[in-house]
Amino acid sequence: MSARLGFIMLVHTALDRAAQVARFVAASGSPIVIHVDARVSATDHAAFKTALSDLPDLRFARRHRCEWGTWSLVAAMQSAARQMLDEFPKVERVYSMSGACLPLRPIADLEAWLRRHPDSDFIESVNVADVNWTKGGLSDERFTLHFPIGFKRNKWLFDRLVDAQRLMRVKRELPDGLTPHIGSQWWCLTRQTLDAILRDPMTPHYERYFKRVWIPDESYFQTLVRLHARRIESRSPTLGKFDHQGRPHVFYDDHLQLLRRSECFMARKVWHGADRLYEHFLTPREGGVSGAEPQPSRIDRHFARATLQRIRGRAGLYMASRFPVKNRENGKTAEPYSVFQGFTEVFQDFEGWLAAVASCRVHGHLFAPHKAEFAGREKIFTGGLSDNATLRDYNPRAFLTNLLWSTRGERQCFQFGPADTQGHRFDLLSFMASDSNAQISVISGAWAVPLYLSGKDSTEVRREAARLQRIETRMLEILQSPDVRARIRIWTMAEFLENPAEPLHLLFDEIAPHSQARLLRLPDLVDLGGFGTFLQELRNQGMQPVLMGDFPLNPTSPDPSHRMK
Amino acid sequence: MRGVRSYRLRWMRKRWLIRARRKAQALKPVQDRTKALKPNSLLLFATIRNERSRLPYFLKYYRDLGVEQFLFVDNGSEDGSAEYLAAQPDVSLWSTRASYKSARFGMDWINALLRKYAHGRWALVVDVDEFFVYPFCDTRPLRALTDWLDDSGLRSFGTLILDMYPKGPVCEQPCAEGQNPFEIASYFDSGNYAITMNRFKRNLWIQGGPRARAFFADQPKAAPALNKVPLIKWHRSFAYVSSTHMLLPRGLNLTYDTLGGEKASGCLLHAKFIASLADKAQEEIARGEHYASGREYHAYAEGLQDRTDLWNKWSERFINWRQLEIMGLMSKGNWA
Repeated sequence: MSARLGFIMLVHTALDRAAQVARFVAASGSPIVIHVDARVSATDHAAFKTALSDLPDLRFARRHRCEWGTWSLVAAMQSAARQMLDEFPKVERVYSMSGACLPLRPIADLEAWLRRHPDSDFIESVNVADVNWTKGGLSDERFTLHFPIGFKRNKWLFDRLVDAQRLMRVKRELPDGLTPHIGSQWWCLTRQTLDAILRDPMTPHYERYFKRVWIPDESYFQTLVRLHARRIESRSPTLGKFDHQGRPHVFYDDHLQLLRRSECFMARKVWHGADRLYEHFLTPREGGVSGAEPQPSRIDRHFARATLQRIRGRAGLYMASRFPVKNRENGKTAEPYSVFQGFTEVFQDFEGWLAAVASCRVHGHLFAPHKAEFAGREKIFTGGLSDNATLRDYNPRAFLTNLLWSTRGERQCFQFGPADTQGHRFDLLSFMASDSNAQISVISGAWAVPLYLSGKDSTEVRREAARLQRIETRMLEILQSPDVRARIRIWTMAEFLENPAEPLHLLFDEIAPHSQARLLRLPDLVDLGGFGTFLQELRNQGMQPVLMGDFPLNPTSPDPSHRMK
Repeated sequence: MRGVRSYRLRWMRKRWLIRARRKAQALKPVQDRTKALKPNSLLLFATIRNERSRLPYFLKYYRDLGVEQFLFVDNGSEDGSAEYLAAQPDVSLWSTRASYKSARFGMDWINALLRKYAHGRWALVVDVDEFFVYPFCDTRPLRALTDWLDDSGLRSFGTLILDMYPKGPVCEQPCAEGQNPFEIASYFDSGNYAITMNRFKRNLWIQGGPRARAFFADQPKAAPALNKVPLIKWHRSFAYVSSTHMLLPRGLNLTYDTLGGEKASGCLLHAKFIASLADKAQEEIARGEHYASGREYHAYAEGLQDRTDLWNKWSERFINWRQLEIMGLMSKGNWA
């Protein structure tokens, strides 16, 4: 086996796993230089060394104390790389890996693949001016401020130093000829490039600069490679995904199939307890060299989805680990829904008609004072929602969002009105009005129809009419306020009744765009023969019913049963 | 104003810690295996009373997840629970006959033990009828979760208590010793939880589920809280305030995202509604040692005597954590 590919490995924890991987790599004949963090205890280090002592082409590099985000990591890499080039003159490429990396394919596959890309340096190297994925608000400032201490040593001091330097407008000069680039510290460079970087006569000058750069292990080689490489393939040869805070995603046993199908050569980072992964991928495989190209996109999507769930969450979900403050919901509710106010009042069996013509779930007044009128008047509905009014009114908004969450995939329609529960300070309607999923249609003044039909005592009717009108006036103010996001349509009752078909068609275009054909039959109107007279009676009693618009005083004499007593 | 508030919280926390130390004097060690604790041992803390028949499955469940030591307080069991526990190789046991109520429902004892043994370690604090479910719990041990939380710089992990119930009257289906209680109580309510935020202590207050709809429909405010923070990387300055619903310092209660994202969270499957409950409710009322004079148990005893069936056609049958994840009762967050 030719030994043209050498590995440098940085190790600081899970030494047993690192030893396993080192043994696997060494078995392919590749030389390997291991840097063990100087913070690892002497006994652990000794045991680690003994465990690997039988491998001929394995060396241990001079140890540095490594602290995340500081120069020490670059120093460790430099030492290991130097040693690799000096002690193994046949090595033509050097691959940098960590103890938590796991080779997913035989090293021979990787070598064959590299042979197909001669003279290429595989290193992610992105101009810092074009980067949008650095985390924690530091991108170009990594290079223009001084970072004398590590973030993990003293977070408070670290932040204060940054603040102070921003205040003083500190701007470090970059060494001549350098354009700051950043990228993953897991790369694979050719001997020529690596040698040129390590032997550059300007090295002491560069080092002085990079010693005070933030996270130099993500920028030192990535920047200098631009000076020396013949051909840069700007991507890391190691599969590794980062979350929204810049921390690496971790692979576990249940990622086995995903990793297998990715055809990548190396993955990082793998949980040290992932027995199945280590067992599967470190078992020597039969068969010849596979020439498959790495396909990391499936894994990319898998982790991108997770990050999206962490950042944006699922619209309309309120739960133990997602409770967005107002206007940060990314969707206040889960699905579009329709709210009808005044329709059951002017049409006979509006609910039944709507359920028949539109394929959606049609409820009655969900927020009726005595109980929630679920479709079919069920006592318990999806998700275990109870029709108990007290329970519902304890948190009416949660009642609504729960219903819409549990019925995802099916449009919900329900009736609403001034006689219903409004929540604290019209909280419920304000919520719906500011929800872009809501379609709210109002026939104002229609609340008077049940009163007209009730045949109740006139003072009682007058009092109730005044109350409902007051509430609906307030409701209309909310629906007409400038910051509403729902689709809101308001007709006065008089306006609506002039031609009921047109508004219904309009609404149906939105609810069920393809069911126009079924809309031949309109629902029957309630007999409003004496309604005008009824309104006049209210006026005569001193009340001023205005929300229903200019309703014509019907000249025909009203049905005796509808007359006010 | 902020200074005053944080001083007040600090003072409250200190008070709970002093109280815990005082109340812990009543604890007598029965079996102390804490010498065997390693710096990173995963611990579980619980208070028990007459739970003998539940213990075998409980221990098995958590051993399988990877809990390395159990630290129990036995509050005067008379059914052999203490002897059973003392004989287990991974259990440390303390016993007391002091009042459960005056030790704030056992929380003072647990706080004292946590302070002494859990400092710097991950600790799971649950009741014997609560079973922790977290994302990937069928393929990743608890250690994978705590390692990930450590890497992510998180100190606490939040859950929703999911009350599980059987189909049919509770008293008709007894659970055998060692049997998985969720073979019987395999149903839950998937979407009737109402949440409010406690701005002072920053915890969410979740109510709902079958208990709210069946027993507290007319006094929803009194329905039991369903939010718990059972998994903590403990520090000796921490203190549980009210059961494991909230704790101080209050930053530990922020197990939820307020900007629209989802943090990773789990569920505690609650095997409350299985056969022994009816007896238990009577026993607990007689004892009068529970929260708000056992308001809960009174409600249950009333509700359960007429053979209440909590099941309805919308009840969901428990399958696995993925089902709970999809229903939005727990979340993977960015742990993929």
